[in-house]
Amino acid sequence: MTLTAAPDAGGTPGPAPAALQVTMSAAINRALRDAMTADADVVIFGEDVGTLGGVFRVTDGIARDFGEDRCFDTPLAEAGIVGYAVGMAMAGFRPVIEMQFDAFAYPAFEQIASHVAKMRNRTAGRVNLPIVIRVPFAGGIGGVEHHCDSSEAYYAHTPGLKVVTPATVEDAYTLMREAINDPDPVIFMEPKRLYWSKGFIPEAAAPAAAVPSSFGRAAVRREGTDVTLVAYGPSLDVAMEAAEAATDSGWSVEVVDLRTIVPFDDETVVASVRKTGRCVVVQEAQGFAGVGAEIAARVQERAFHSLHAPVLRVAGLDIPYPPPKLEHLHLPGVERVLDTIARLQWDDAADTRFVTSRSGDAV
Amino acid sequence: MIERRIAHRAQASTTPLAHAQARAPNRTGASTPLEADALTTDTRTTDTRTTDTSTPLPQTVPTDRPFARGLMPAPMPVQFLDDLGQRVQVFNDDYPEPSGEQLVAAYRAMVIGRRFDIQATALAKQGRLAVYPPSRGQEACQITSMLALSKDDWTFPTYRDSMALVTRGLDPVEVLTSPHGAAHCGYDPRASRTAPQCTPLATQLIHAVGFASGEQRKGRPTIAMAFVGDGATSEGDFHEALNFAAVFKAPVVFLVQNNRYAISVPLSKQTAAPSLGYKGIGYGIASEQVDGNDAMAMLAVLNKAVAHARSGQGPVLVEAHTYRLDAHTNADDATRYRDSAEVEEWGRRDPIARLEAWLRHQGLVDDAFVAAVAQQAEAFAADVRTRMSVDLPADPMSLFDNVFATPTPQLLEQRAMVQAELEAEEASR
Repeated sequence: MTLTAAPDAGGTPGPAPAALQVTMSAAINRALRDAMTADADVVIFGEDVGTLGGVFRVTDGIARDFGEDRCFDTPLAEAGIVGYAVGMAMAGFRPVIEMQFDAFAYPAFEQIASHVAKMRNRTAGRVNLPIVIRVPFAGGIGGVEHHCDSSEAYYAHTPGLKVVTPATVEDAYTLMREAINDPDPVIFMEPKRLYWSKGFIPEAAAPAAAVPSSFGRAAVRREGTDVTLVAYGPSLDVAMEAAEAATDSGWSVEVVDLRTIVPFDDETVVASVRKTGRCVVVQEAQGFAGVGAEIAARVQERAFHSLHAPVLRVAGLDIPYPPPKLEHLHLPGVERVLDTIARLQWDDAADTRFVTSRSGDAV
Repeated sequence: MIERRIAHRAQASTTPLAHAQARAPNRTGASTPLEADALTTDTRTTDTRTTDTSTPLPQTVPTDRPFARGLMPAPMPVQFLDDLGQRVQVFNDDYPEPSGEQLVAAYRAMVIGRRFDIQATALAKQGRLAVYPPSRGQEACQITSMLALSKDDWTFPTYRDSMALVTRGLDPVEVLTSPHGAAHCGYDPRASRTAPQCTPLATQLIHAVGFASGEQRKGRPTIAMAFVGDGATSEGDFHEALNFAAVFKAPVVFLVQNNRYAISVPLSKQTAAPSLGYKGIGYGIASEQVDGNDAMAMLAVLNKAVAHARSGQGPVLVEAHTYRLDAHTNADDATRYRDSAEVEEWGRRDPIARLEAWLRHQGLVDDAFVAAVAQQAEAFAADVRTRMSVDLPADPMSLFDNVFATPTPQLLEQRAMVQAELEAEEASR
């Protein structure tokens, strides 16, 4: 995969464009290249990331252009890849490693949870691990089992890891640059369904120092006054579409994109909910004990008196990821988001959907 | 050719072997654990048992490969000194004999190391340590692995390798800070070039590989000494580490201290391999097995293994046959899974007594020296005892300092909460 040419790059004379239109996959590729150019200690390794350029072509051409020393294939063993990165980081490198698919990262979980996340703390700050672990994740592309898991909550639940998930092409570039600059380990979760989405990145490589800081800073993607939708990564587009569709019902919807799950931006989320008084969290991952549950809890803890309704969640079903033909039933769509917005106590009447014979009429 | 030579020696060994067994009063008719572990006992070569070191050992090391049998370990553990401390020749002619100076240093370090270990066990019994995994009986492995390194090399130890760390020169109180409960790692890994003692089994081996590989990529001559026990060779990370090390030709020496038990599970339930040393072969790693209670053999093999790794020829796997004389930790009851006869049998293979007998025979140490070393060890233990008699400080706010380089807002909130709780507690006193 090569960088998509800018709109006017077809030999048209004129001033150089300030930005290139590229896919998210190419934007991450550019971020990796720019970081490698800026810092000789940045190295890439993993399965198929060398000659092939990765199964999603995110590292396309990097081994060719930067050499085998900077971008190389490893034996096929995820715990080995992560553990090797720990050692490389201890020797002074800044490894960017790839777990080929979300579920393929599970063999590496012990290395991630017991070492990557804890080394700084274990050594009283003497050994830090500036490692970026790239994880293509989540579904929506008709993938088969083990290729579509939403695994962000496992990482977010592990103290010591930063968990980043870009929802736009622009963010994919800047968040990756910031992840590589970060002195601590970052789980960089790339929504597979967005790899082919288009957006703009700066034409000229930004020096490391000029990369804007957006970790822990959620972005308000759309302003509104009635409801706040909180989303991240693969779910932002659904939230944006639902927000647009909601105008038909007269709801003005604000959309907050977390960008980083860890660090979490309480301030932006809570400020938005204080303004709108209602909140729905949208996540593709299965709902139970997930990131959305954490967000709902945090909003209710911090903005209770601003709320006109309980914080609701729209999430994937609590099932193992379904086969491709049933995927559409699992993934939160616009209709489910709108149905949920409709339940936000607009008429201040009790929501009776959870009343059962056992709980009686104690609503 | 090498194999032929061994076969020839095996034929010639019948009588000397019988002789050797007759001379070893501690040996019963049953095969000892060390012998039982050998591939075949009839290949044992003891024909050149001698105390005459002036006889030059045959120089048979092929120049194109570092170990005489290529990737293959010896069919029996390499040995220089028998249980009585007499010089023997058991598959050791590929390994130059360590210098007298290095052997004397090893003796001194083993005596001090054992005394430290006994002191730490006592501290655990007294409640001064929350837990202590002892390594008494494994002194030859603990000490020689450190003496074979240069000061710029790194080690990746397990929780049982405290004696090695003290030998390396780490402050014993800093080593014991973790078992004391005041911190996860009491020493500075960068300053001491020693990774934190690792608890999740075999996981640190792949760190050693990545680190050594990284050093190599940066053009530094560092090697990594990676420790692992017999039980942890069953873990996946052991195998991934060996494979990565071989593929990337990482300058790592993997030292397997086969002390025969993973807590309670004996080696026979851990592996069907003839020796753990054989586990390197499939990965393309030069491998060896050594009598881990023979400090001279350990030094000889590790000296060579370190030189091999440092020369860029790739990793080495060394299995040291040894024995954990004490329980797994102070919380373990070893009488539930092994009998005292076995422990006594291994007690007679004492690595310190063996080396001391040899050094005395060679005139390298005398009564005065031995007494001086014993005194030094006592002083070392007394210092540890005194300094560990007070509670080591543990700063509550340190809980939040190193989760990330910059604490998240959420951590700062929790920090403030704990601080307020502590202040309220202080005020109510």
